[in-house]
Amino acid sequence: MHKSGFRFLGQSLQFWATVLLVFLFAQWILMPRMSNFRNTAWIMFPCIMAIICLGLNLIYGFNGQFSLGQWGFYGIGAYTSAIITYRFGARVSLPIEGITVPLPGLVQKLIPMAEMQLFHFDAGKAGLLLIAVAAGAVLAALVSLAFGYIVMLRLGSDYFGIATLGFTLIVQNLLVNLDRWIPETKGARGMVGIPPLTSFFWAFLFLVLAIVVLRNLLYSSAGRAIVSVREDEVAAQAMGIDVLKYKVVCFVLGSLFAGVAGALYAHLYAFLSPSYFSFAQSFDPMIIIVMGGLGNMTGTVIATFLWAITLEGMRIWLPMGFEAWRFVIYPIALLLLMLFRPQGIMGRVELGFLRAPKWPRRTAAATSANPEGRKEAAA
Amino acid sequence: MPKLLNRLVVSVRKSPVVYAVGLLLLVWLAGRARQNPVLFAQFIVDGIRLGFVYALVALGYTMVYGIVRLINFAHGDVFMIGAFAAYYGTTHYHWRFLPALVLAMVICAFVAVIIERVAYKPLRDAPRISALITAVGVSFFLEYFSALNFVFTSNFISYVPQPIQFTSWQVAGVTVSNIMFVVMAVGTVCLFALYYLVYRTKLGKAMRAVAWDKPTARLMGIDVDLIITFTFALGAALAGIGGMLYVVVYPQIRTFMGVMPGLKSFIAAVFGGIGSIPGAFIGAITIGMVETLSAGYLSSTLRDAIVFSILIIVLLYKPTGLFGEAAKEKA
Repeated sequence: MHKSGFRFLGQSLQFWATVLLVFLFAQWILMPRMSNFRNTAWIMFPCIMAIICLGLNLIYGFNGQFSLGQWGFYGIGAYTSAIITYRFGARVSLPIEGITVPLPGLVQKLIPMAEMQLFHFDAGKAGLLLIAVAAGAVLAALVSLAFGYIVMLRLGSDYFGIATLGFTLIVQNLLVNLDRWIPETKGARGMVGIPPLTSFFWAFLFLVLAIVVLRNLLYSSAGRAIVSVREDEVAAQAMGIDVLKYKVVCFVLGSLFAGVAGALYAHLYAFLSPSYFSFAQSFDPMIIIVMGGLGNMTGTVIATFLWAITLEGMRIWLPMGFEAWRFVIYPIALLLLMLFRPQGIMGRVELGFLRAPKWPRRTAAATSANPEGRKEAAA
Repeated sequence: MPKLLNRLVVSVRKSPVVYAVGLLLLVWLAGRARQNPVLFAQFIVDGIRLGFVYALVALGYTMVYGIVRLINFAHGDVFMIGAFAAYYGTTHYHWRFLPALVLAMVICAFVAVIIERVAYKPLRDAPRISALITAVGVSFFLEYFSALNFVFTSNFISYVPQPIQFTSWQVAGVTVSNIMFVVMAVGTVCLFALYYLVYRTKLGKAMRAVAWDKPTARLMGIDVDLIITFTFALGAALAGIGGMLYVVVYPQIRTFMGVMPGLKSFIAAVFGGIGSIPGAFIGAITIGMVETLSAGYLSSTLRDAIVFSILIIVLLYKPTGLFGEAAKEKA
């Protein structure tokens, strides 16, 4: 079914060109124009958040399993990786002298950079970060495999959601008490001294990888099986689809994404506190994917950035003395969105380069809820 | 590999090993009780007192879920508003216990009716996830709006001039206070009143009919919207009572105080079988006792993890809770 021409990791030239352009734009034009705090809060953090939300969208948006456990796996990934880098971070270092390319004067005027530094990084630290990310992801995936397998076998719909909510609360409670077994996590006081290894490059790289993995999975026959489980479990079973297998696969893969994101988050602010992994925040990914549109990757990514930038921006934009109104305005906006656009910002419309190469015709149910989608499909 | 795992899971579930472990736990508990029976009795008494408070909140969760299939996450914050109403009634206006209780009930019911009309009613036909996200949004709104400086502020407030003079007695070594009797008396009265309302009156029959089948109930001439609003108000009034009793027991209030008790009550409702009134009550007493026992014998900081683990284990064995009707749910 593949069109001939350039393909890398299953993606078209258009996809990779967009990715490269977005990366260069953010790296060279956006980042130098922001103070350090804002570029972490406005660019790097939403990238990380988008990875979690894509994972949850796979579980809930595409596979239809209502899960509130994403935040727990995020916490597992964050703490696992932080413990590894805390122990070895100071000892591992292998700086690589890259090359420095002087830029012509015109370019320097456009982009505030004296020179272009290429391949200028610490290979030891990068390797350590990758190992930490892998460890966080693997542990989150293993825990989710055990939990998902045992719980999914038995519970469906709301009760699965409640069980995963319980899981998130258990993880948070264990993180508060983690200093009994691992003293350097310092329990409720929060873990300090994690090396700040996450750079925009890593956050963006893992976001792109997450999108690529999801796209390749969803637009395959396995992907169609996953969506069919959401649409009608009994019919899917009747078609010979192993419903339990696909549910567990989605749950584990989504949790793996959460683990990766957790590892990146741990090394972003170089500080972890169990209160961040609490119940109130655990709804953030669910809120974001509903805002963006369930079962929609473009929507998830866009909604994550809108959500993070608006919440952070309100700190700055609100007049003096009204900063506390942030979380009063936010739920009102959420309510209005749910009232006037319950299908999310994007509905089911994917951006062009993220759309399926050959997606089967939309069902009547999908289009009737979303007249814009029908126009999009006809065009 | 999945087949092997499947066999493992099924065999664990069916095997007597699990029951043996449960029995061992009970034996261990009995052993601890024999070592120090007074302490054990104290934990049980405290657990029942906590359980009665949870029960009042859990009833609201269970009724609302039973009737509109919505996990009303804002319920814990309505509980907080009840606590604040009681606080203002008794400390600022120097009301007695019962008028303050009625004030808390009325204010909570009023708030719940507004929430239901503004936030949930327009979403009655929307996908269920929209209503759930709205419930979370309403919860955030109540918490952060009441944390603003001109409302309740975000500080801890001590509930010092209590409406009830605290007196306690030693009964065979166990400390029993008058507050405990008040909590149990109010809780029992509420439970029986609710039971009477739901199972012996025409209004209760209408509520059960709406919970069972909305379109048919409408055909029978029942005003479905009114019944749903009434259910919200009734649940909120009970949460208001719960809020007042909670701060009489633990006299410190804050706008975020509703989160944890709200969650525990919700867990209690699920534990007892969500949608069932006696289930919510028994679930709440059990959760209260498990919480105090695990805090006393195992670890006070790990008690939440223990309570939630027990919830998951119980759900695995009885997926609809202890008293829940089997699989009437529809996604």
